[in-house]
Amino acid sequence: MRVLSIVQWHHFAYMIISLALLGYGASGTFIALFRRALERRFAVVFALSALLFSITMLVCFMLGQRIPFNALEVVWDRRQFLHLTIMYLIFFVPFFFAACCIGLALTCRQAHISRIYFFDLLGAGLGAVLIIGTLFILAPQNALLVLLALAVIASALAGPGSPTHRPLLAMQIVWLAFVLAGIPGQWLELRLSEYKGLSQAMQVIDSRTMAVSSSPLGLLTVVESPTVPFRHAPGLSFGTRHIPPEQLGVFTDGDAMSVITRYDGDLSKLGYLGDVTAALPYRLLERPEVLVLGAGGGSDVLLALFNGAARVDAVELNPQVTELVRDTFAEFSGRVHEDPRVTVYTREARGFVAQSDRRYDLIQIGLLDSFGASGAGVQALHESYLYTVEGIQEYLVHISPGGVLAVTRWLKQPPRDSLKLFATAIAALQAESVDRPGQRVAMIRSWNTSTLLIKNGELTKNDIAAIREFARSHSFDVSYYPGMPKSDANRFNLLGQAYLYDGAMALLGNDAERLFERYKFHIAPATDNQPYFFHFFKWNSIREVMALRKHGGAGLVEWGYLILVATLLQAVIAGCVLILIPLTRIRRTWPTGTGARMGSYFFLLGLAFLFVEMAFIQKFILFLSHPLYSVAVVLSGFLVFAGLGSEFSARLTFRSPVTIATGAISAITLIYVFLLPVVFRQFMGSADAIKIVMSVVLIAPLAFCMGMPFPLGLKRLAERAPDFIPWAWGINGFASVMSAALATLLAIEFGFTAVLLFALLSYASAAFMLRRW
Amino acid sequence: MMRWVLCSLMLFAVVAQGDETDYADLRAELVAEVESYARMAWDTDKNTLSDSVMKSLSTVERHEFVPQSQKRYAYEDRPLPIGHGQTISQPYIVALMTDLISPEDSDVVLEIGTGSGYQAAILAELVEHVYTIEIIEPLFNSATTRLDRLGYDNVTTRLGDGYFGWEQHGPFDAIVVTAAASHVPPPLIQQLKPGARMVIPVGGRFMTQQLLLIEKTEQGDIITKQIAAVRFVPLTGER
Repeated sequence: MRVLSIVQWHHFAYMIISLALLGYGASGTFIALFRRALERRFAVVFALSALLFSITMLVCFMLGQRIPFNALEVVWDRRQFLHLTIMYLIFFVPFFFAACCIGLALTCRQAHISRIYFFDLLGAGLGAVLIIGTLFILAPQNALLVLLALAVIASALAGPGSPTHRPLLAMQIVWLAFVLAGIPGQWLELRLSEYKGLSQAMQVIDSRTMAVSSSPLGLLTVVESPTVPFRHAPGLSFGTRHIPPEQLGVFTDGDAMSVITRYDGDLSKLGYLGDVTAALPYRLLERPEVLVLGAGGGSDVLLALFNGAARVDAVELNPQVTELVRDTFAEFSGRVHEDPRVTVYTREARGFVAQSDRRYDLIQIGLLDSFGASGAGVQALHESYLYTVEGIQEYLVHISPGGVLAVTRWLKQPPRDSLKLFATAIAALQAESVDRPGQRVAMIRSWNTSTLLIKNGELTKNDIAAIREFARSHSFDVSYYPGMPKSDANRFNLLGQAYLYDGAMALLGNDAERLFERYKFHIAPATDNQPYFFHFFKWNSIREVMALRKHGGAGLVEWGYLILVATLLQAVIAGCVLILIPLTRIRRTWPTGTGARMGSYFFLLGLAFLFVEMAFIQKFILFLSHPLYSVAVVLSGFLVFAGLGSEFSARLTFRSPVTIATGAISAITLIYVFLLPVVFRQFMGSADAIKIVMSVVLIAPLAFCMGMPFPLGLKRLAERAPDFIPWAWGINGFASVMSAALATLLAIEFGFTAVLLFALLSYASAAFMLRRW
Repeated sequence: MMRWVLCSLMLFAVVAQGDETDYADLRAELVAEVESYARMAWDTDKNTLSDSVMKSLSTVERHEFVPQSQKRYAYEDRPLPIGHGQTISQPYIVALMTDLISPEDSDVVLEIGTGSGYQAAILAELVEHVYTIEIIEPLFNSATTRLDRLGYDNVTTRLGDGYFGWEQHGPFDAIVVTAAASHVPPPLIQQLKPGARMVIPVGGRFMTQQLLLIEKTEQGDIITKQIAAVRFVPLTGER
């Protein structure tokens, strides 16, 4: 996932989840088809599979990166779909061999099945935590070396060890030696798409890499370009007399550029920071105390200092970004973090605000993404709790009376982010039962940015005069302020229509719902339940925008969403071809009705397990205030406790254990839908360690029960229709392959609660299927 | 033997000529296609592109500006990769951008981002002189050689930072920037003559969607306008 996020873009990461599960499904089918032959040679085949897992990890890593797939060219060149499919199939191979090992062990060593399953899940659970730790120490391509070595060690441990298998032993030794000492450095190089920001920056004359640091949060690359310096100043006025000073480009995963600006303590050299749309709130506030959400390379901290902030608290999620500014480039950045007015916190923004008991005059959210990433739906699948209705409510609680929340976004045409943000702000104010929300907001725009202000209190005449004067003197357009006549809109940077003003008026009147319905992009507010702020895709616009795509309308198509749909289709097709169709070759002798009922049972289990897991990862991001904590705790929690549950299920002797287990799952899920928000609110401010323990305690009973239905179903099959077992594995694998992309699609369209409820319904239906069989 | 060589040479000449004829036909088809799309452009005052721009488009041999592997797509109306993470723009967008700056015979134009040199060649057919700056050295070298080989002696290339324009040849009658940055460099605005125009495509590579048109009035005021490349209204039911 990390490698694909770096060399391509992060939405291909979903492909990896589905590929891993496809490997499991396909290996199940393979083992079912050749079971007898494989059983006879278990030790050799196991060792060979593990060795091939190790070898193909490296080979496919290298090959996959050499496929000339260019995601940006899919509009123009159909061959790109072929390239994507080839890439998909290449990355599938190592997962297939890994899954073969586990499948073989489960099939050929049935006496130890619960131990094997337990250790498999325990290993997976530990792996989820350890890989995060490893990625803090090693770059993704070096972490790959560790995985290569582990796989070949597993191969050696499980190998037959008899003298007749010396060639295998020799291969293991040679490969291990090669992995530990001999792999040429260039084999492990990451080959970034040449259209990513970092690749482009490195093409510029005299540009060079100054520092690289890697963590599971991203690969950071700092670039210096002395001859053609970076001068990043979004929303800079045409009328400015100031030129941004030299900057260093900081690329995350080869894209999403932010900058570290040269600063020598003399703020007068940063005059351009008074001429950007983001400087607007400072025209309303005297020496404000500021909270910057997303400190990044320090641009917004400098913005605050330049514009007279008395105190700046800045929050940054990635400790390595903070380190770059504070330590590695301390001289370049003028030790801005050591300024007595500045305090930098390494935290997740929402969690920091929720736990803080301070109130600020200004909370500022700047541009944390690049224009390129914001365009064309690259981030459509990114959950963002920063720009949700609940998020804005939370910020407003921490703004002192008369203070302001200011959010700057890239401005696309026709508007998407800016209008959605406005809608989200109005929804937040309405949720707070504010009488006249329209009196508290204002928005201005340049040709490429918009800045929205939300005041804790109504905007005064002086505020409005200051906003108008700031906009006029910088040739920015006002898009909305209380009492604004339409003639004030669209005066400096002319658009075909005053889209933002018209949209704002519709959102503040009784027409909001009608606007959401009629607008050709999805601009209804994002919520914590559907935190997809960057999702603008609408199915009923697709025909029109696709027709325009080749004539300059490609930017109208929200590609991120379509790639998710394509991933789902690819998963269904690959699942059918590699899992289900080969199974038709197996002899079918089982009681009437088995196929439909048991097929549905294992299909529903396959969908539901991952649905619950994915919904929990999302829900716990907010509570644990960190996406990594959430992935580590939820994933390992579910795997370990499901493993325990599965082992425990073998000891159940009472009738209908499946009904009891699924009943318990449904009941716990339903309780959690209502209980979790309350618990989260109550304990949000607690220490991280307490929250992690609480999360594990909450996950344990649910995961424990979720580990039972699958082995119980298999047990029932073993008694009544043993020939159907390969089909059970296959169908379950097929459902799992679909589930990652499907869960995300459902979450985007209906929210995470709906995903959980869908899982609950699936478990209940599965129990019903088994009862009638 | 001699006869064989002569025959081979003649055959080669016929094939080569055939290639050129094919390219000319393809170019004519491309021009017709671009003309039909021009009616779709929005927020401009007119719905056709000027004859001189279309003539330039039908004269400049786009296949000379793309890598060998892309030659067969040279006359498709789409952007093509030219290496180094760069593209040659879609001909329709090139035509629209050129038309928006209303080029005149006597104009001196500055281009920021030479790329393959195609936009410079289109301009060179229409104006007195084109100054063009590139920041990627291999592209600068290949474009300079190419423009020279094709006889565009009214194009001057330079390797370096385009942020500060090219003051010694300014002010300019028009400036074409071939990729949008986070802001429009103030020095470029200063190097526009009164009444001159600057055009910048907005959107990622392969995805140009808007053109930012900046006009300096005779009084020196700046007016900017965003031109949509396609007719698209964001509300259903509106025309």
